[in-house]
Amino acid sequence: MKFVDEFRNPELINKTVEEIKLAVDPNRQYRLMEICGGHTHAIYRFGLKDILPPNIDMIHGPGCPVCVLPMGRIDEGLAIAANHDLIFAAFGDMMRVPGTHGSPLEHKARGLDVRIVYSPADALQLAKANPSRHVMFFAIGFETTAPSTALTLQRAKHDRIPNFSVFCNHITIIPALRAILDSPDMRLDGFVGPGHVSTVIGCRPYEWIATDRKKPFVVSGFEPLDLLQSILMLLRQLNAGEAKIENQYKRVVRWEGNPAAVRAMDNVFEVRPSFEWRGLGFIPHSALRLCEEYADWDAERRFQIPGFRIADPAAAQCGEVLTGVLKPAQCKLFGNECTPERPVGALMVSSEGSCAAYYNYEHRKAALVTALSTPS
Amino acid sequence: MQDSNGGCHMCLAIPGKIIEISHDNVNSALVDVMGVRRHVELGLLEDDRPNTGDWVLIHVGYAMSKISEQDAAEQMRTLEMLGETEAARQEVRGYGLQSAENKSEK
Repeated sequence: MKFVDEFRNPELINKTVEEIKLAVDPNRQYRLMEICGGHTHAIYRFGLKDILPPNIDMIHGPGCPVCVLPMGRIDEGLAIAANHDLIFAAFGDMMRVPGTHGSPLEHKARGLDVRIVYSPADALQLAKANPSRHVMFFAIGFETTAPSTALTLQRAKHDRIPNFSVFCNHITIIPALRAILDSPDMRLDGFVGPGHVSTVIGCRPYEWIATDRKKPFVVSGFEPLDLLQSILMLLRQLNAGEAKIENQYKRVVRWEGNPAAVRAMDNVFEVRPSFEWRGLGFIPHSALRLCEEYADWDAERRFQIPGFRIADPAAAQCGEVLTGVLKPAQCKLFGNECTPERPVGALMVSSEGSCAAYYNYEHRKAALVTALSTPS
Repeated sequence: MQDSNGGCHMCLAIPGKIIEISHDNVNSALVDVMGVRRHVELGLLEDDRPNTGDWVLIHVGYAMSKISEQDAAEQMRTLEMLGETEAARQEVRGYGLQSAENKSEK
């Protein structure tokens, strides 16, 4: 945990914390969801949970693309690479995500040609540098990364690169929010909105959350002060009985988003009828695939897809944690069968998943406190 | 992942300063990203093109938004507080893909 005086603007942080304490109605519970995995990570890393009043519950949302990717998709990507002797290129985040027969890194150790890339543009560069090999980029991410994949595909088409393809797993945030808000167990009061997704899609796509579902929504930055200010903005709306979309992260996020990025996505991708999310199941219209004009660069069209489907383990309660019904530690598997070292459920897979974040910061801290207080 | 630094690296937004825009491709620029120089794509900013000396926020090798110098400094501080500065540098180095270029430019 960090201490408040290490942060930028410690006085302002203290002042915001005081305002939050004043704004909190002690007779009610505030259940706020931060959607973005980056926010979850920052909340734990900065120890914000420890400085917020106890009746503010932060529920961790589905915004970690690695966590919600079904294991079957990893298996399929790896199987295509093995069956066609091609180069499997993916972000570093994917490398230790377990498939049924091991992670990409473990497949690499067994001889599969697996390369870590920072950018889809680097994967295309790899194809240009290795004209005798086929490079398949395993694309993941929300609207933050999908435009970069789109521009890379436009470049591949423009330069007529024949030995490059994309195995597309891009997902979109709005249908996931709809699924969460439609869940019968849903008990959320408001949302801390994703900062970087919103640089692309802007704030308008969230408007239905305020108008139809009457939930306040504040797009937030990633610094401690940003998150605290966003929480305060939510409290003020809730106390006033309002539901509005507000933008706390104005220095980066424009209300209308980035139209060039949206255009690139519209040009290259089309919406899938349905896509599976770990922990949430199948969600209609929640993912992207390459459109017909990019068929030549679409790994799903070029190669036979094995069609693996690995069901989420029945005992894992990821769905309940995602909708805020359960805290991570209340899941039956948490910390026993399911740990960051051996993840069973989706939310333990990446350090931005709510269970892994909780485990890494809270669980270990609690274990330490117990150890220190137990007389030897 | 059991990454001690935590953080989802592809989700990192890394600030960089534009050193030079390519002569043959206006959508490609040499950018200084926390001391590492690499080519960054500018195609997502075609409605609001940055100039040499401007700061941009970079995701997975593509500039996503223009930011002020002050915001860039604050973003770097956030990365530092999150313990992700080194991970960010490793990312932008491109895991060796761009290493030849870096050597020649240092």
